[in-house]
Amino acid sequence: MLEISQIRKTFHPDTPNEVRALRGVTITLEKGTFLIIIGTNGSGKSTLLNAVAGTFLVDEGTITLGGHPITSWAEHQRAKLIGRVFQNPFSGTAPNMTIAENLALATRRGQRRGFGWALNRSMMGELQDRVRTLNMGLEQRLENPIGSLSGGQRQALTLLMASWLKPELLLLDEHTAALDPKSADQVIRLTHDIIERDHLTTLMVTHSMQQAVNLGDRIVMMHRGEVLHDLFGSERARVRPEELLQRFDEVRRRERLDPAVAEMLRKNYI
Amino acid sequence: MNLLIGATTIGLILALLAFGVYLSFRIFSFPDITTDGSITLGAAVTAALLVHNFAPWEATLAGFFAGMLAGSITGILHTKFKINELLSGILVMTALYSINLHVMGKSNVPLMNHVTLASQAESLFALLFGGTGDLFILGWPVSARDASALLGVALIVCLLGTSLFLFFRTNLGTAMRAAGDNAQMIRALGVSVDFVLILGLAISNGLIALAGSLLAQYQGFADVQMGVGMIVWGLASVIIGEALVGGGGIGILIIGAVMGSVLFRLLVAIALRWGLNPNDLKLITALFVFIALIAPAAIRKLKSTTASNSSAHA
Repeated sequence: MLEISQIRKTFHPDTPNEVRALRGVTITLEKGTFLIIIGTNGSGKSTLLNAVAGTFLVDEGTITLGGHPITSWAEHQRAKLIGRVFQNPFSGTAPNMTIAENLALATRRGQRRGFGWALNRSMMGELQDRVRTLNMGLEQRLENPIGSLSGGQRQALTLLMASWLKPELLLLDEHTAALDPKSADQVIRLTHDIIERDHLTTLMVTHSMQQAVNLGDRIVMMHRGEVLHDLFGSERARVRPEELLQRFDEVRRRERLDPAVAEMLRKNYI
Repeated sequence: MNLLIGATTIGLILALLAFGVYLSFRIFSFPDITTDGSITLGAAVTAALLVHNFAPWEATLAGFFAGMLAGSITGILHTKFKINELLSGILVMTALYSINLHVMGKSNVPLMNHVTLASQAESLFALLFGGTGDLFILGWPVSARDASALLGVALIVCLLGTSLFLFFRTNLGTAMRAAGDNAQMIRALGVSVDFVLILGLAISNGLIALAGSLLAQYQGFADVQMGVGMIVWGLASVIIGEALVGGGGIGILIIGAVMGSVLFRLLVAIALRWGLNPNDLKLITALFVFIALIAPAAIRKLKSTTASNSSAHA
């Protein structure tokens, strides 16, 4: 389904700001798998998502999605196969356009856009029906500009838009991190429902160990641009939030140790 | 009366300029200086073809397409070659100066003795209402030439304003608006932002060139200098229009742009009548746009300081 093979990405190469964000990441995802990616800050988890989405092209390696070699596809070309929800609730919708217009744009994700009307009466009915499933009362406000909604409402709509045409792959980039706890819960529940209902293949980045354990059927832990742990099957089933935190602590301890050890070795041998 | 009708006609012609500036500056937030070159380009192409006895509609349409071409070049410079927005426009505008001179062959082409849309409108008007004598509107004499030009231009502006409004409601048009509103979002929905920007600038400059084409035919000449400062003129119209209609949907704003353009032209005509030095016109227009651009922020600041002062006193 999704095959990420040995991808590497270095930002600002050959400058003092050089960041080796991805150092040979390989992940293969079966159809219908819900993969959660966790990792420390700067571990490359969001970069990995952006590499798949096509925000930038990778330096090395290949990405295949649903049989399409998408490694060199532009972002808008990949959108045919991929639905996305961003971390920033403002990123996924056009604030000055109405809810209906935003949704209408999503109903043609990756399709040709010509001179047909973006909205018509029969479509308004369908929009209303689908928005009603969010249980936010937004179906009464389809003519309001989306900028007037709260972050949680906007994120719920973005999720609806990303999954409107069933995507081959759904990318969720810490999509609840910027929300208050109540809205975050609401959006997570919605995420779960939509993915279950449509059996969507999903990549989700999160900071929350609780979300990692409660959602999804596979967990990848990243560190310094590499996959550190990959939990699936029975190992995934047994894992608890405390254990994930413990693994993070281990990583941090090793980090702290490294420079000291290096210093010792240098003193002893040079 | 003739002064008012003339000013209204030019205001309506320049409403097409306002449409173009609205599209580039308000939809895409793209300060597109190509405007100054493309309005002249429209006039130049039309004038050159009229002199060579092409039909006025052919000459006008050619002006429109020449403007589209100029706009798409600016768009390509910006998107494909990653040249800064302003600089892309400046490059094309500068290049157009030479091109316009080449097209016209000299710096000023008179059209008085050629068949133009204006002269055709006049003959049509005479055919419909009989005779080319003066009409009396509210007791004032109005020449058939002025009346026919005003009617014809009003018709064209209505037609194009409606088309623009309808276009913005199509799949392509909404995608274009979304690209200006949130590029990241529309890219994630599969739209090439580069493509819609190039298309948007093409349409924008096509409309602007059309304004130049009609202006040349109405005034009876094309001049290589006629585009200088036109972007500021268009901005002024758009800003006045927004103030008049107080924001709202696309349709309202398009109507606002027409109203703004006409009102601005009328104000200028009256000011000139009262003895304003024509040489100061561009300076005053620029000052006006400057004030209009900073006023909203200044008013907000003023309001918030008075609000915080009063709350501090309370």
